[in-house]
Amino acid sequence: MVILNENKQALLEIQGLRKMYGSAAPVLDDINLSINKGEAVVVLGPSGCGKSTLLRCLNGLESVQGGDIKFSGKSLTGKDVSWQEIRQKIGMVFQSYDLFPHMTVMENIILGPVKVQKRQEKEVLEQAAQLLDRVGLLNKKDVYPRQLSGGQKQRIAIVRALCMNPEIMLFDEVTAALDPEMVREVLDVILGLAKQGMTMLIVTHEMGFAKAVADRIVFIDSGKICEVAKPDEFFTNPKTERAKQFLNIFQY
Amino acid sequence: MLSSGINVLAEGSNMERLLKGLLVTAQIAFVSIIISSFLGIAFGLVMTTKSKVIRLLSRFYLEAFRIIPILVWLFLVYFGITNMFDIHLEGEIVAILVFSLWGAAEMGDIVRGALESLPKHQQESGKALGLSLLQLYRFVLIPQAIRRMLPGAINLSTRMVKTTSLVVMIGVIDIVKVGQQIIEVSSLKVPTASFWIYGLIFVFYFIICYPLSAFSKKLETKWES
Repeated sequence: MVILNENKQALLEIQGLRKMYGSAAPVLDDINLSINKGEAVVVLGPSGCGKSTLLRCLNGLESVQGGDIKFSGKSLTGKDVSWQEIRQKIGMVFQSYDLFPHMTVMENIILGPVKVQKRQEKEVLEQAAQLLDRVGLLNKKDVYPRQLSGGQKQRIAIVRALCMNPEIMLFDEVTAALDPEMVREVLDVILGLAKQGMTMLIVTHEMGFAKAVADRIVFIDSGKICEVAKPDEFFTNPKTERAKQFLNIFQY
Repeated sequence: MLSSGINVLAEGSNMERLLKGLLVTAQIAFVSIIISSFLGIAFGLVMTTKSKVIRLLSRFYLEAFRIIPILVWLFLVYFGITNMFDIHLEGEIVAILVFSLWGAAEMGDIVRGALESLPKHQQESGKALGLSLLQLYRFVLIPQAIRRMLPGAINLSTRMVKTTSLVVMIGVIDIVKVGQQIIEVSSLKVPTASFWIYGLIFVFYFIICYPLSAFSKKLETKWES
């Protein structure tokens, strides 16, 4: 099942991806997915279905055992892949608050651009201030992460990834560890990015948000893609039995 | 009696000799502590490797210093090694060598513990920003590990200062040895000499070790706020 949209340029192409730990049954099996520039794709599925593993394979945090990943046409599965370079173009935000606790908000944000990308500090500071302002946290630029709420930390983690000017953003259940009242502020930031045309691959359990942000929904179960559909179709009329069961869990 | 006893400290060149002894003790301790800090960080990084062979070797090195008394190490190097290879090493050099190797082993284990206690996602989010392994350690992992290892490292340092009293056994004239010499000479005239001399040595050790713990307390409160 290859989903290709021929009239747009595919930024990320996943072909027959296979991920295994040792000789156990594969965590991901025969994953085929292509993401176009400017597209927001949401990955749904029950816990442990391999959603997060898929994201982690895409920026080299997990090795893959089969298939291929192509980013801007270049393969990411060879031995000579320079992950340091690729990761500058693939931003990732995790579920756990992953700010560096010994650095201020601003130091967290400029570390990558200044040390990895060797950009001028002055220019990076300006961009960082703009991004912080956009998420409403410019007044927090000199505080340490422990003085921030979970929602604020996640918004800053998003800014930190954005400041590298990535071509695609991966969001791995970024609101899963948050108190309910803070989920909204983080999702609003991601929704804003979608409107600006950022290419995104989002793993989430927030169904309302998935519906609002997604151009396409990818439903994964037991390491395989079961269904790919437009959000309207998927939520009102899922084709597969497993997707129906999954959606029913979210309804009282 | 008490008032005459205290005079033993000022008699002749006694005070000067005691201070010289203190300097020897401090020198051995601080040079060893500095060397062990650098070697310890390196050894700690080595110990976090995944290679089983390297882990086993480092474990062996660490246990060798934990199991064998430092006194035996001093004898082994001062008498054994010099004899075997027919070289002469000053007692002080041997002391610094043994204390540095011991400190590096213990410091390495503290660094390893601190590094392994850091949450795994710190490493992953650093990698996700494109940091190289060197940058990851330099900017993200080691600064955080240092905060966590500080109490253990200071504890080790004060232990090293105190253990320098063993160097007497390989002929180094440290503060304790000078004190013993003065007591031997004066004990007939001044029966309370040992009280005053050892009392002063007590104060000297306190003066060396206290700044270490005060310094670590200061850093800890600074990092907490």
